[in-house]
Amino acid sequence: MRLLNRSLGRLSRHRRGPVAGLAVVLMGLLLTGGLYAAFSPASAQEDGSAAQIKQGRELFLVGCSFCHGDNGQGVKTLDGNQLGPSLVGVGPAAVDFQVGTGRMPAVQPGPQIPQKEVVYTPEEIAALAAYVGSLGPGPAIPNPSDYSLDGLSDEQRQEAIARGGQIFLTNCTACHNAQGAGGAMPRGGYAPKIQGVPAKYVYEAMLTGPQAMDNFSNGNLTPDEKRDIIAYLHSLQDSPDYGGFGMGGLGPVNEGLFAWLVGIGSLVGVAIWIAAHTARSSKEKAEA
Amino acid sequence: MNDNLPETTHGDHTPAVVEEPIPNPGLPAHEWRPTDVDPRAEKRAERQVAGLFGLATLAAILFVVSYFVFQIGEDPDTVGDLGASNLALGLCLAVTLLGMGAGMIQWARKLMGDHEIVEMRHTASSPQEDREATVGILQTGLEESGLGRRPLIRNSLLAAGGVLGLLPIVMLRDLGPLPGDKLDHTIFDMNTWTPDQHAWWATQHRRYQRVVRDVVGTPIKVVDLEVGDLVNAEPEIVFAKNADGEPLVEGTALLVAKSKAAVIVNRMLPSDIVSEQTRNWSVEGIVCYSKICTHVGCPISLNERTTHHLLCPCHQSTFDLADSGKVLFGPAARALPQLPLVVDEDGYLAAQHDFDEPVGPSFWERG
Repeated sequence: MRLLNRSLGRLSRHRRGPVAGLAVVLMGLLLTGGLYAAFSPASAQEDGSAAQIKQGRELFLVGCSFCHGDNGQGVKTLDGNQLGPSLVGVGPAAVDFQVGTGRMPAVQPGPQIPQKEVVYTPEEIAALAAYVGSLGPGPAIPNPSDYSLDGLSDEQRQEAIARGGQIFLTNCTACHNAQGAGGAMPRGGYAPKIQGVPAKYVYEAMLTGPQAMDNFSNGNLTPDEKRDIIAYLHSLQDSPDYGGFGMGGLGPVNEGLFAWLVGIGSLVGVAIWIAAHTARSSKEKAEA
Repeated sequence: MNDNLPETTHGDHTPAVVEEPIPNPGLPAHEWRPTDVDPRAEKRAERQVAGLFGLATLAAILFVVSYFVFQIGEDPDTVGDLGASNLALGLCLAVTLLGMGAGMIQWARKLMGDHEIVEMRHTASSPQEDREATVGILQTGLEESGLGRRPLIRNSLLAAGGVLGLLPIVMLRDLGPLPGDKLDHTIFDMNTWTPDQHAWWATQHRRYQRVVRDVVGTPIKVVDLEVGDLVNAEPEIVFAKNADGEPLVEGTALLVAKSKAAVIVNRMLPSDIVSEQTRNWSVEGIVCYSKICTHVGCPISLNERTTHHLLCPCHQSTFDLADSGKVLFGPAARALPQLPLVVDEDGYLAAQHDFDEPVGPSFWERG
């Protein structure tokens, strides 16, 4: 006790010293910072909580506001073009799709923003989605139960896949190809390949209509119809390529090109090679 | 006489010898192959060829064996992504053909004689006496048939041939009859309906025919569509069923009806709409156009939500959905026909009436 008193007394003697104020402020800062670091991740887990939205806003101001504006209202360039569209009402699903597939943040504006490596962690994406979701009502991130076939009998699954195929061929094939291999669009755009894309992102793309794609909102294709489309896409991926090389399933044009250029071309090459190479001897044959 | 041409004859007694400006170097000396000069190399090449043919034989036997050993069965991906049966059959057949081909080439390249020889070209025309003989035969035939002396026979033969030529022209009639005004209407027009279909409509107690989603046939509620939604749709009659649950349009008629009346429905911001016609025929920014390209009739639904430009994948014709379906680019000659929309009593999208103009590719009466 005396020891404590003595040391406190010794400390107390410095309380009016020149560095005392600085030390106290430093200690206070460290304490608040430490407490925040200790408690904030826990609160960020909660869906759409104030802390998560706050974290999302901070991330947004750093990574997104240059094109989308400080409050997500969108930014127009001097000649009236859209640098980044307004994000009011696009909903958390749009953020989860764009940032979760690495399309956003964009490197530069252009006819189409390509897919890149994902920059943000899942927690940061959730925070950004919560912030953008707080700007205005929009489609929420779908639950796995929305696009899973669990709970259906085998027969119902087969029906879902068949119906999904018809809906896919009517609504999606025009741009994304009958096998989801993607295709070209006007002025530098393209419909991306949707083979192997996680079900959640396919669902979110239909819900939100990313970039130049049309919406397929729940009033357009019901959640069950979206689920069936995804079931069909997965059934395509699961079915084996009996012919060996699928070549993207783009159809007879690329298969014909392959046969003509690579197939016949290499045959001609081999024929020329055979004709050009014969071992010759410097010796003369003794004529009989 | 041209001085540049070489002298070809030297008097009557000297034979005609052509003097080339550059002397003919003749064939280069023949180079022998190792197999020609070295008996051991020759033997080795012989063994190689026989070995390749033997390999081909072995693979052909293996083909038969694997045909019986491997079952196609339910597992098409036993080896990698390929079925064992297919893989074995394909590989054996490939080795057989390749072995035979490679053996023959090895044989020809190494063992068959490859001495260069010169073969002079002979004149292309037949000898003079052959030509005279042929003309003689033709002349005799002409005289003996009396084609020149018997004009009756000649003319009647010409008449028969001419009439024979008419037959395929007459059969072109099968391309007709002309379609009349059939191309001007789709099944959106109730005047094209059968009595069955009219009887069904009488039970519906509605004024306007709805525009329903393709494939599933569900009606489209105006409030359900968001801005940017694109719906591939059809007139409701193609999904209608009578009291017994039988479809009212089926078979070929269904295919024809669906392919002519297919439409796309797109909701945009009402402020995005440019032309007066598009605005008048829209409902809350929802517009509806024929899905059939006016160039050669491909179905088009490649829409860009941001620009309202609809692209045809066949020849890149581009139409502006915000501006009466105007052609922006490509070979299409006329705007995409717009369907006038209306909201019915229950809040569903419906057609005011049929298209005002024919849908699909332009034809001669259409211009």
